[in-house]
Amino acid sequence: MQRMLRAAFAALWFMILTLPVLGISLNTVEHSVVWRWDRILGLGAGIFALAMLWDWCFARKAAGRPVLPLPGGFGLGFALEALRSRPGLRRCALAVLAVVMLLMPVAGSFYQTNIMISALLYVMLALGLNIVVGLAGQLVLGYVAFYAIGAYAYGLLNQFLGWGFWACLPVGGLLAVLFGFGLGFPVLRLRGDYLAIVTLGFGEIVRLTLQNWTSVTGGPRGISDIPRPGLFGVSMDIAASTTYIYYLVLVAVVITIVVISRLKNSRVGLALQALREDEIACEAMGVDITRVKLSAFALGSCWAGFAGVIFAAKTTYINPSSFTFMESAMILSMVVLGGMGSIVGVVIAAFILILAPEYLRAFSDYRMLLFGAIMVVMMLFRPQGLISGERRRYHISALHGQGGRP
Amino acid sequence: MNPVLEVVDLSQNFGGLRALNELSLSVGKGEIVALIGPNGAGKTTFFNCVTGIYTPTEGQVFLHGAKGEKLLLNGRKPHVITSLGMARTFQNIRLFNEMTVLENVMIGRNCRTRAGILGAILRDAKTRAEEQESIDVSYSLLELVKLQDFWNETANNLPYGAQRRLEIARALATEPRMLLLDEPAAGMNPQETNELKDLVFYIRDNSQISILLIEHDMGMVMALSDRIYVMEYGSCIATGTPAEIRSNPRVIKAYLGEGDA
Repeated sequence: MQRMLRAAFAALWFMILTLPVLGISLNTVEHSVVWRWDRILGLGAGIFALAMLWDWCFARKAAGRPVLPLPGGFGLGFALEALRSRPGLRRCALAVLAVVMLLMPVAGSFYQTNIMISALLYVMLALGLNIVVGLAGQLVLGYVAFYAIGAYAYGLLNQFLGWGFWACLPVGGLLAVLFGFGLGFPVLRLRGDYLAIVTLGFGEIVRLTLQNWTSVTGGPRGISDIPRPGLFGVSMDIAASTTYIYYLVLVAVVITIVVISRLKNSRVGLALQALREDEIACEAMGVDITRVKLSAFALGSCWAGFAGVIFAAKTTYINPSSFTFMESAMILSMVVLGGMGSIVGVVIAAFILILAPEYLRAFSDYRMLLFGAIMVVMMLFRPQGLISGERRRYHISALHGQGGRP
Repeated sequence: MNPVLEVVDLSQNFGGLRALNELSLSVGKGEIVALIGPNGAGKTTFFNCVTGIYTPTEGQVFLHGAKGEKLLLNGRKPHVITSLGMARTFQNIRLFNEMTVLENVMIGRNCRTRAGILGAILRDAKTRAEEQESIDVSYSLLELVKLQDFWNETANNLPYGAQRRLEIARALATEPRMLLLDEPAAGMNPQETNELKDLVFYIRDNSQISILLIEHDMGMVMALSDRIYVMEYGSCIATGTPAEIRSNPRVIKAYLGEGDA
């Protein structure tokens, strides 16, 4: 009963708020006011239903039950648990995934291959940011700056010095790392909100520099005619070249996943996680937090540098509007949605956030609305993200016997 | 007796407040020393000064190395001080809550291991061996504090007393010569306190680690300590064996206030 009252109140409030916009229409020909009560009442009924649902969800949450009567994490957790506990199944799933990914450009259209390339690039970016935000707990909002640095490194080195893709790939990564250090040093003492603001500023500085340094970067016009990556001098048409880039990105993503999962489980990775949990305790336990923070920035930014070089090669044209704050926010959303620190979760989230808008073009008007709604609902009911609590398995000699790893 | 920790005229000012006032203290090798005093006397501030979280305003803190060298700790960073052989626990427990019990202890091994980023990526034999050693050492420390059955739990799932023991195991993982315990028995029931007492004795007897502890449980302090320092308003007002401290009129006054009698 109380729930109905609350919902009715919410509906009433909403009706009052939207009355001027939705309920009143001025007829400028006859100079009269038309009241659209039907719309207002319809809206009220809708809000009433939504509020009831909302309340019900919260009641379930308060009672400690899952909001959706699905096994943990929208079925994802369940599937993952099955994969984790049965190595045979896991190998099968990985093989299927590998085959699908490998056949993708052959079976899919040119358009689909292109979408997949950008999705894979975002996977790389999200995994990189995952090191800084998810593992080390340093909230960085200007991550896209490193992406821009990678892309412009290739664009400019090619334009002025004629360097090719393969020479620029390591340089782009290295430059991003250097900028990562450059950002890392001044923000060593900052944490939380303050760090977020400074990094946000950093992202804007990089973008505005690219936009206004017209003599070098071409300003808002950007850099065009960037060559696609070469393959021992073989000449390729656009379709072949796109397929080639697809495989290149795929390999890059696989390397990223392998390297990051190894890092995560290493001595360095543990120190990163400890830094996220408690900085003072971390320091008192003998961890050099300056070093750990800087390595987090460096390790996170290098992937964005690599992804930037590949992005420039894929689009052959770059300008500052590709590197706005929206992109940073998007990448951060992938990390948060996927689950801080979880590699599988972040990969899935990146695919969802990039592929869903592409395949749901029909709803493109409501894209941001849906995006916001999903984020709000996620944070309320599953703040830990799609996948959480991944735990490394340890081999303890005293328990599991000497030698031989699990 | 050879001192391990030597503090000379240590003072710490916070603006106009003098939190520590020319405090001198020494802890010998294998000695258990207690630091007691009313709330706000500056005991935890003292710990923070010694471990490098604060930089002392005046005075010197020395740690004597394994070969008898005298190392000045003032102005060094906390992680350097830890790697020189000083470890601590916190009054308000500061575990890495989302990490497992074993991983918490493994963080303590961080300053005794070397593997870098390249090693982590390549996972060569040396890195793997070092990591395995770190895992096994950490596990044996968990056995020492009787937490081995919980090694794969997250730290925040442990009961209070167990969290305190985990902090001790994590501190021991840094291979200290000097161990600082900040109210290790706070919030423990009598049985847990008793077990803790045995643990502290065990650590001292088996590894010759010197221990300095802040504690309010007088039964425990009297039973454990070789010597006691009493603090009030940032100064040391008395020092001596438990028996001497128990009968010291200034200490009684500081703790109980001035009576009519």
